[in-house]
Amino acid sequence: MKLVPQHFAPLARGLHWAMAVMLLAMLFIGAGMVASVSERHVWLLNVHKPLGIALLALAVVRLCVRLGTRQPPLPADLPMPQALAAKCSHGLLYALMLILPVLGWAMVSAAGDPVTLAPGVQLPALLAANAGTFALLRKTHGYLAYLLFLTVLLHLAAALYHGLIRRDGVLRSMASGR
Amino acid sequence: MTEPLPAPALILRLALIALPVVVLAAGLAYVHGLFDPGRLTPALFVDTLQANNGVYAGYRRNHAKGVCVTGWFDSNGQLQGVSRAALFAPGRTPVVGRFALPSGNPYAPDSSVPIRSFALRFTQADGQQWRTGMNSMPVFAVGTPQAFFAMLKAGSPDPATGKPNPDTLKAFFASHPETAGFLAWVKTAHPSASYATERYDGLNAFYVVDTGGKRAAVRWRVTPLGQQAQASQGEGSDYLAQDLEQRLAVGPLRWRLEVAFAAPADPTDDASKAWPAERRTVVAGTVVLNKALAQNEGPCRDINYDPLVLPDGIQASADPLLPARSAAYADSYLRRTREVGALHAHPEARP
Repeated sequence: MKLVPQHFAPLARGLHWAMAVMLLAMLFIGAGMVASVSERHVWLLNVHKPLGIALLALAVVRLCVRLGTRQPPLPADLPMPQALAAKCSHGLLYALMLILPVLGWAMVSAAGDPVTLAPGVQLPALLAANAGTFALLRKTHGYLAYLLFLTVLLHLAAALYHGLIRRDGVLRSMASGR
Repeated sequence: MTEPLPAPALILRLALIALPVVVLAAGLAYVHGLFDPGRLTPALFVDTLQANNGVYAGYRRNHAKGVCVTGWFDSNGQLQGVSRAALFAPGRTPVVGRFALPSGNPYAPDSSVPIRSFALRFTQADGQQWRTGMNSMPVFAVGTPQAFFAMLKAGSPDPATGKPNPDTLKAFFASHPETAGFLAWVKTAHPSASYATERYDGLNAFYVVDTGGKRAAVRWRVTPLGQQAQASQGEGSDYLAQDLEQRLAVGPLRWRLEVAFAAPADPTDDASKAWPAERRTVVAGTVVLNKALAQNEGPCRDINYDPLVLPDGIQASADPLLPARSAAYADSYLRRTREVGALHAHPEARP
């Protein structure tokens, strides 16, 4: 019989922390580029697109790692609503990590713009050009990005709550291990 | 489960939890400009355009009145040595263009301003695109987004009269000497009776890049080829589109694409300064238009002529107007694409 793991697998932890940094950077880049008319706008946009595709690729890998490794269980004494909130917020984080880059890619496609990651490096269009579709996807991309930011803040607060108040090993399971 | 914490420790730890959350939220708000209400944002530009011109659902917030055109670019290969962009190799590249008036009012009379604009989208076989928006004046009025915004503000309607205050505009031009070149042009310029007889300048500088990565600063323009000005302008306030259709019924219209190369001292970051006319100029080929289509249904309607959509082989310069145009166009594009339904509902309606 296998032992119940106390920590996330090293690969899962590596992906978590690398993506945490990239994802926060991405959210700040996104918010900054739409609020600037300076050179920063272009610079941020040029980082936003390849970083978004990198995050999409990592999110797919991460989903596979999640499904292919064993997760440490939540503490047995965690109240039911908190356990449910934990599961739902993790599901939401995964969903948004996968959806947001695809939405961005689809939205640029719907605008009829080339999906350019670097000069001369182009992805195929996901959709045919359509103005109404573009507007819908662009708005959704923005709103879901804010939802992701709020979910990340909630996730961070919950992790610290486990680490500092409950001291139940949940934060440690992602922070350290073999 | 561990020992309960004493109250002071609990409060301290709760504060430690709140701290990063508040810092991140405040950081995002800062990046978004919440603590910086004076910051020039794309939305502020477009809001100001709307305040000056009114809101016309579905239309571009600037250069609102226009007409779509289609055709192609025949490259002669002359620019191939200095730009690796595929469209400069000898051959044909399809274009979708748009002629327009600069105002944000789609019903402005064609005679209301002497400026006409011409936007082009070239689509290479590999899917890369070159988009450019050109104007029928030789220099831009100002060189920076800040000055452009001040000009927009100076042209805002006075709440008392509902019209721009001429004194405010005068004061703006007096305090912005870089507008001299533009003002000198305006003095001699007349609203043309045709889009077809105009020369259109790209105004902003760019770099062409060769296969070895070597860059050269350029400005481009298109000059009409053999289009004759008619004796008098057409009737009504929409004569430009009629003229275009009449001319295209007879045959295609042509412009030469000319690319001027900067001398080392020429400014590449200031569209209000013209380069001397004698700069080395290469004719890259011919833009040929053979069809015009009403903009509400035409293929140009859903194109954002963002000047920073460039193929590999053309790069932006440090001209600060370029990112500002790109950012503001994106904001206008989002606003109007949400309203495309309004265009279909009343294609001929006028306020």
